[in-house]
Parts: sequence; C-alpha cells; structure tokens
Amino acid sequence: MENGSTKTTDMDDLKKNTIISEMKKYVQKFKAPDGSLYDGLPLQAVQKLASAFHLPTREVEGAALENKILPSRYSRNIGTIGFKGQARLLKSKVAVVGLGGLGGTAAELLARLGVGQIIALDAETFEESDLNRQLLATEENMGEEKTISAVKRAAKINSSVEVFPYQIRAGEKEFREILKGADVIIDALDTFSARLVLQKTAKDLKTPLVHGAIAGFVGEVTTIFPEDPGLDLIYGLSHKDEKGAEMSLGAPTATPAIVAALQVQEVVKVLLKIGKPLRNRLLFLDCETCSVEVIELKS
Amino acid sequence: MEIELRFYATLVKYAEKNKIPQFSTVELEEGLTLASFLEKFGILREHVRIAMVNGKRAELDQVLRDGDRVGLFPPVGGG
Repeated sequence: MENGSTKTTDMDDLKKNTIISEMKKYVQKFKAPDGSLYDGLPLQAVQKLASAFHLPTREVEGAALENKILPSRYSRNIGTIGFKGQARLLKSKVAVVGLGGLGGTAAELLARLGVGQIIALDAETFEESDLNRQLLATEENMGEEKTISAVKRAAKINSSVEVFPYQIRAGEKEFREILKGADVIIDALDTFSARLVLQKTAKDLKTPLVHGAIAGFVGEVTTIFPEDPGLDLIYGLSHKDEKGAEMSLGAPTATPAIVAALQVQEVVKVLLKIGKPLRNRLLFLDCETCSVEVIELKS
Repeated sequence: MEIELRFYATLVKYAEKNKIPQFSTVELEEGLTLASFLEKFGILREHVRIAMVNGKRAELDQVLRDGDRVGLFPPVGGG
C-alpha cells in the first residue's frame, strides 16, 4: 500500500536514466488527431520495462511522461490534461465511497483516466436490480462483492491502477481510517445520513469531497472543500428522511452514468487545479426537460 | 408582479395541482415571501429541499420581486 509517488521520488537518477535509455528503444512516432507527431510508448513496452526493472507499470509510465514520452494509452487525454497532469493523476489516490450506479461508473472512468490508486468502498453484493445501471454488475457476477468486482474491472482496464477494496459498512471511525491519504473523495452513497457522516470525515481529514446524487431523470453534483458548508446548505430546508425523490422515481440507466461522469470531471479539476470546480454551487441536471441549473449555495 | 416558476422532479405534481405548466410565469401580489408563496400554492415545505431565486439558494423569508425566477428542488439522494 506504499504510495507510488514516494517510490518514484526514491528512484535514483542512475536507474531512471537506464530506464529512459532502454525505453527509447521502444518509442514509436504516433500521429495525434491534429496530425502532429508524438513519441509514443506502446502498452506492451510499458509492461516489458516494468517487468525488466521490477517496477509497477505506473512508475514506468510516470518516468516516460517526465521525459515527454507518451504512453499511447493516454494519448487522447493529453490535449486536455497534459504530460504533467497525466503524471500527477498516476500519482493520485481517489476514494470512491459506494460502488452502485454512481460509484461503479466513477471507478471505471478513474481507471481509464489513469488515476494511480483507487480506494473502493462498499458493503454490498450484486443483485439483479443493479443490472440496469451499475457498470460493474453483470449476469455472471450476481452475488459477488462489489469491491471485488471493482478490483477485477480496474485490472482489466488499466494495470497501472491499484484498487484497495474495503468491503465494509463503514461508520465515521472506519471512514476516517480507510480514507486517510486520499487526495479526493467521491460521495456515491445512497442515504442522507451516510452522506453527512462522509462529509464530516472528509472535512476532518481536510480532503475535498465530490458529492453526487440522482433520482429518475434528475441528478446533482457539487464539490465540497473542507472549509465549505457543503451538504449543510443543500439539506438545509428540511431533512428528516433517509431517501429522496429516487424512492418514487427510481434510478434509470443513464442518469447515474451522467452524474458519475460529472463527478469524475470535478475530481480531475481538483487534482490538477484546473478549471472552476463546483464549489459552493450545486449543479442540478434535469434530463427530462434538458435543464441545467447551477445554484449558488452561499449568499 | 410576474414570477417565473420552475418545478423539478417530484415537485412537478404541485404545478399540476395548480394547473400551471412545469415551467411557467405567474402573476402574484407584491410583497409575497417565499414561505407565503409556498403556502399559497399548497406546497409542503418538507417537500422542498432547496428553493432558488435568480440562481441563488434562498431562505423562506426572502421577499419576491417582479421578474424573479424561482426554482424548487426536491431531496435527491440515490446513488
């Protein structure tokens, strides 16, 4: 469970230079969509180098990016994220709390992005009612623990991504223990009380929290930094119940995918300090009327 | 005064109850607060998680003004 960034920093210059000179043998010129050429490193080469130098593949990819060599698998990220940004993502740790409709999609996207370490937390196993929307659920894995499915899925998508599974119904104490060290936490839970406990933990750990929730055709996203009021303002007017409009409207297929994608965009912005995260603003999306409201939460 | 109203998700039922479209403009008397507006339209406070006026979260004692755009949002918690 050692953080990858520590190892990369510790890698001595000599070893790094040896890897880079070996790496250059595998570099190929690839054409970017705009026609420009870049030095690309195919996946197979990354795996060979990792094996030869006894390193995790993400450290080989990190070393490549530092030397302006682009692991081909990230080539479509670079125009937006850049070499430095991709290297930063590989060194990042993001927690996905809840692996249902939101969390399963978020975990998939984080693995494709190349976020190096993912903490995956859920207490449940897959059942048939998950199949309509939960990306990790398949007919073959009914009854399987959701965190185990997340580990398997990430391994299939990106071997540079390490998933730390926590199959547990966590309270504040467990959250604090499990989530410490995360750079950003994704709230993909499904009860108000658990979301509030998670927010408290994120604030105590001084970790940004990206909240998402859905019901029927609608969904919401906001990004809560430790000093922000966050859910206190969102749940302000009234909150006695555990659940919301989803009890009658359900969770149809596309809504959680859309909201999870927006949550992952927020994670990228927070990790790379780019763009304008939804701080003290709640994005409320109604796909039925194609309306987007961005509500200023603080007056 | 004219107020633009937007009811979302489960709150659309209140638009139907008042025989107005989900997104509509209504004529109201001056000086109405958000709370008195909710009462007038028979909207239960506990069904409204956030009330928005002109893009900002509003408290129930806020006085509505001509041309305000009011949005009402129910609690949403699915994951």
